[in-house]
Amino acid sequence: MGMPQSTADPRLDVRADRLQEGGGGRLPPDGAATTSVNGVAASTQDTAIGPRWPARSAGTPAVEIAHLRKTYGALVAVDDISFSVAEGEIFGILGPNGAGKTTTVECAVGLRSPDSGTIRLLGLDPQADKDEVHEIVGVQLQASAFPAKLRVGEILDMYRSFYRRPADVTELVEALGLAGKRRDYYRSLSGGQRQRLSVVLALIGGPKIAVLDEMTTGLDPQARRDAWELIEKVRGHGVTIVLVTHFMEEAERLCDRVALIDSGHLVALDTPAGLTAQARGGSRVRFLPSGPFDAQLLTGLPEVTAVEQDGRHVIVTGTGELVNAVILALHAAGVTARDVQTDASTLEDAFVRLTGNHLHQNGDQS
Amino acid sequence: MTSLHLPARSRAPRAAFGQMVLNEARLAWRQPAGIIAGVGISLLLLVIFGEVPVFQQASARLGGLSAFQIYIPILIAFSIGVLALTYLPGPLVSYRELGILRRLSTTPVPSSWVLAAQLVVQACLMAVAVLTLLVVSIAFFGVSAPKNPGGLVLALVLAIAALFSIGLAIAAAAKTSGAARGLMAAAFYPMMFLSGLYYPVQLMPGVLQAISHASPLGAAVAAIQDAMLQGFPPAEPLLVLLAYAVVFGFLAKRFFRWE
Repeated sequence: MGMPQSTADPRLDVRADRLQEGGGGRLPPDGAATTSVNGVAASTQDTAIGPRWPARSAGTPAVEIAHLRKTYGALVAVDDISFSVAEGEIFGILGPNGAGKTTTVECAVGLRSPDSGTIRLLGLDPQADKDEVHEIVGVQLQASAFPAKLRVGEILDMYRSFYRRPADVTELVEALGLAGKRRDYYRSLSGGQRQRLSVVLALIGGPKIAVLDEMTTGLDPQARRDAWELIEKVRGHGVTIVLVTHFMEEAERLCDRVALIDSGHLVALDTPAGLTAQARGGSRVRFLPSGPFDAQLLTGLPEVTAVEQDGRHVIVTGTGELVNAVILALHAAGVTARDVQTDASTLEDAFVRLTGNHLHQNGDQS
Repeated sequence: MTSLHLPARSRAPRAAFGQMVLNEARLAWRQPAGIIAGVGISLLLLVIFGEVPVFQQASARLGGLSAFQIYIPILIAFSIGVLALTYLPGPLVSYRELGILRRLSTTPVPSSWVLAAQLVVQACLMAVAVLTLLVVSIAFFGVSAPKNPGGLVLALVLAIAALFSIGLAIAAAAKTSGAARGLMAAAFYPMMFLSGLYYPVQLMPGVLQAISHASPLGAAVAAIQDAMLQGFPPAEPLLVLLAYAVVFGFLAKRFFRWE
């Protein structure tokens, strides 16, 4: 499947203008001075965030998971999940609660050992090559806490000291609005601030791959957008991002591709646009007619599949240029449509449709 | 193999351990209950006992020693016991409960470093407590300097190792910090009784004396007392302490869970 970001391989799409941005300045609009640089070209520039690993031969996926299976006793949490994530990609893992998203990423980062299947992070085995993997993978866990009586700055300094090539902490902290909080005790932080600290800590080691489990859960809308902006910026430096989320908007906005997981199975794997298209059963128009009209006027149209009454409103379902067709037909009959609302299908529809379908079809879909 | 050219083997920078010790020390300072109990209370008791005239009189029932002389090793053992049993397992268990150890295990730093950092901080507090007790009793209450300083250091090191092992075994056995507190209390108060804190061991019935000598703090008191007053401590209490260190150290290592 193609990726939506650009026509060429998005891995090569490094926004050089962002790299030199530094600090908290606003980013120029996308594509302002987009240059294609090879692979991890970011490593040759002295950038603040992001990895400074030597360039490696292209081709090895950042994350490669094959036939992953993990059970807890009788419960099969993850069953035969396979996918691979290209370097520099933002990869979303989407699914209902208990679908196996967290188990999948916890296996991926080596926190859990899979029952079967293989996992490679830039060619490394998270169980066998723990030391190397921990150096190049930054993790934000769904539930993590820190000692209540440590100050934010002390936690940051400590985590920074764990890595050989840490990121620029000041920049990370500013990007997520924690700059004024360094002297604050961890216990005095709000839930959202703790969450942002945990995102900063996932990126503090200048990782090559960042695995973020529900990064923006508990964040207010502004903080969420800040986090998205930071993630895009970090990706701009060639970092691969694996994002577990249940926010459709987040997946649509950020992810190059999305894996939809349900009941431990991979249900779909596509770009957000591709998933939406898969789910598109048609569009809907809802309107208030200026006067009564014969429903046959609309049901006779090739675009229309159904016409329903909803109080005084009429709902028409169909395909193609539905809105135009409906309004023209009404106009020809001397009826005006007021209060017209249309809804195109979204990733959310795709989610409901695909997981719904999946549940009825006993998981034979992927 | 991988085409990834990582810098020489990824081991966490040495400075990381320093940072961890620093943060553990800050936490100990900001939650000073451990310092107050482990250093303050024994010092307070020492000063009170030192001011009671009858405690300074040598007594035939106590083998020709004064009550004050008897109490110095007991208070030293008390400091070590409080810090190792009360203020070591608690943070470790809560680190596990809160997922701090789990989070650490995704970094290049081994989770065991946080445990080591704890031990360093607690050992420093113990050293401060012991030195304070010795200096104050020698400087202000006319106690003579330890007869055998080398033997004293050995006794202290073994006592600390034994109590650390027991504290870590409690941290390993306890699933929650509540359970850790319960186990700690169940271990600490009988041990303190057997060390002679509430009633002199010398006046206990024979069976209790034997149990006391086989108990960790009882053995510690006996070894410290000998090193201070007689000379190099006899093998028995030192071996008892060593046995506790080895057995409980093994249990702690065997059963400690990082998650």
